[in-house]
Amino acid sequence: MNRQGMLILAVLGVGAVIGAPFAIPAFITQLSFLWLMVLFALTWDIMGGQMGYNSFGNIFFFGIGAYVCAVIQRDAGLDWHVAFFIGMAAAAALGVIAAAILGSGMLGLRGQYFAIATLGLGIAGGEIASGWDYIGAGSGLVPPLYPGALGAREMFFYFLFLVLAIICFFTLRRLYSGRFGLAINAIRDDEDKAESMGLHTTRYKTIAWCVSAFFLAMAGAGAGNMIGFIDPRDVAFAGLTFGVWMVLMAILGGKGTLWGPVLGAAIFHITQELFWTYLLGWQRVALGLLIVVIVVFFPTGILGWVREHYPEKFGQAVDAEAQGAAMGEKAEP
Amino acid sequence: MSALLEVEGVSKVFGGVIANADITLAVPEGAIVGLIGPNGSGKTTLFSSIVGQHAIDGGSIRYEGSEISRLRVAEIARLGLLRTFQQTRIYGGMDCLKNMLISISHRREGLIDMLSRHSAEQVDEADRHLEFVGLYEKRFLLAGDLSFGQQKLLEFAMALMNGPKLLMLDEPTAGINPTLINGLIDRLKRVNEEIGITLFVIEHNMRVIMDLAQHIYCLAHGELLADGTPDEIRGDNRVIDAYLGAH
Ligand SMILES: Nc1ncnc2c1ncn2[C@@H]1O[C@H](COP(=O)(O)OP(=O)(O)OP(=O)(O)O)[C@@H](O)[C@H]1O
Ligand SMILES: [Mg+2]
Repeated sequence: MNRQGMLILAVLGVGAVIGAPFAIPAFITQLSFLWLMVLFALTWDIMGGQMGYNSFGNIFFFGIGAYVCAVIQRDAGLDWHVAFFIGMAAAAALGVIAAAILGSGMLGLRGQYFAIATLGLGIAGGEIASGWDYIGAGSGLVPPLYPGALGAREMFFYFLFLVLAIICFFTLRRLYSGRFGLAINAIRDDEDKAESMGLHTTRYKTIAWCVSAFFLAMAGAGAGNMIGFIDPRDVAFAGLTFGVWMVLMAILGGKGTLWGPVLGAAIFHITQELFWTYLLGWQRVALGLLIVVIVVFFPTGILGWVREHYPEKFGQAVDAEAQGAAMGEKAEP
Repeated sequence: MSALLEVEGVSKVFGGVIANADITLAVPEGAIVGLIGPNGSGKTTLFSSIVGQHAIDGGSIRYEGSEISRLRVAEIARLGLLRTFQQTRIYGGMDCLKNMLISISHRREGLIDMLSRHSAEQVDEADRHLEFVGLYEKRFLLAGDLSFGQQKLLEFAMALMNGPKLLMLDEPTAGINPTLINGLIDRLKRVNEEIGITLFVIEHNMRVIMDLAQHIYCLAHGELLADGTPDEIRGDNRVIDAYLGAH
């Protein structure tokens, strides 16, 4: 695609995501959730795709974010917006701190062992939260109601998640194109080799988890408010729904790529909404089947499948040329 | 002056198999030292012990005068002591240029460096090393798609990119197209003379190691059998017997 085509596509894309809530206001909440799903998939893929470390505990940071923000909103006694954004910043900070502490302890574990260890995280989060009175224990927490006219609340959260998803996407794009991206790819390909070349593997792994936690905690802060009720097990530490979906969406789209998780999130979310609408009663069965189909027929994801079948258009070489150009590479001799 | 690398009385046992028994040797700074021995004589094991891949069962390993046998792999690598692998290890899912770029030295690396992009100089340097080993045309190919010999060359270039002081190569000519071997010997010598990297080389190809090394150690059954100049080794009956006996 040439530069002009790209530009037109970009303008159309920006127009679509900004115009969507106005064009189809009835779907605004589903659209907001779409961006949340994109955030889930993108942040999961940092470790699961780019670094080869499957984490089943990322939902932990989402839950922390939801609670930290809501508690600050509840207790700060400030204007809603001020309290919310302070809460969100605090959520991000605490998420990162939690990831740094957990990471330095758990990321010494290799691949599968790490994956198993993370399984406990989300469960532990849910257990602790549902037993802790200060944050509402089992009956959950209700963040202060969004002030403002009818419909403004939905608009606010739509654009909040849109902006978060876009910032996340471009932050990752930037990080993946530098030393961080290569380091976590190297860890994925051969961690022993990376160590024998002097790479600070544990540091890179911990940073990767911190980046995930940073965006997930902010997403949690927003999601708690958008949903309007923070249940410890079904919203904050929802390992069986959000926690599993983030893995599936990244794999469906193509893990280890930048666009794969975005694509996977979109397809998964739309499919799921359709199931809920047209397959009432059978939606969980359909979802289960979808998971099997993904794993069996698209083990490398949609993007991986496209690359395998149309290498001349989407293959590695094309990618590399573009990257070479971006790095100021001289033309091929 | 003491040597750059001093191995003293090092032993390593793998559940009953004595892979290295009381090995003592030295690699002086600026030299090219060879390590030979029949299959299974413990050469690779000794390399792994030196770079900290496994704990040793006895003895001492000093690099630049300080004990390194308790340091971890990455810490030793950051001191400028690097090894390549007999079975070659590269990052198969990344292209050759990326393999090179991530192989820069990680000696001083703060958070900012870890999140930064590669400088134009680093890309230039990577290109130069790829050119040096003859892989420049392949720099955007996935490393995993290269032939074994090409991967061997890439691994060598990655090691150069890291700027080591002492480079330990495990059979650098294995799998390399025979017509390219002379060129590789030439490159190894240039790396030693022009960049000043000390080389410690395991090699099965006698012609190669005789041409390359100034001093050669020979292992057999985990023990140090003999050492000397190439001419001394060539004329040593114990070495000849060990090789003939093993085949
Ligand atoms: N990780 C290990 N576990 C158990 N035994 C091992 C291990 N590594 C090596 N050995 C054994 O130690 C001995 C020495 O092996 P090593 O690989 O060091 O030999 P080598 O001299 O490099 O041989 P080659 O020329 O075939 O590469 C062999 O008997 C081998 O089977
Ligand atoms: Mg060996």
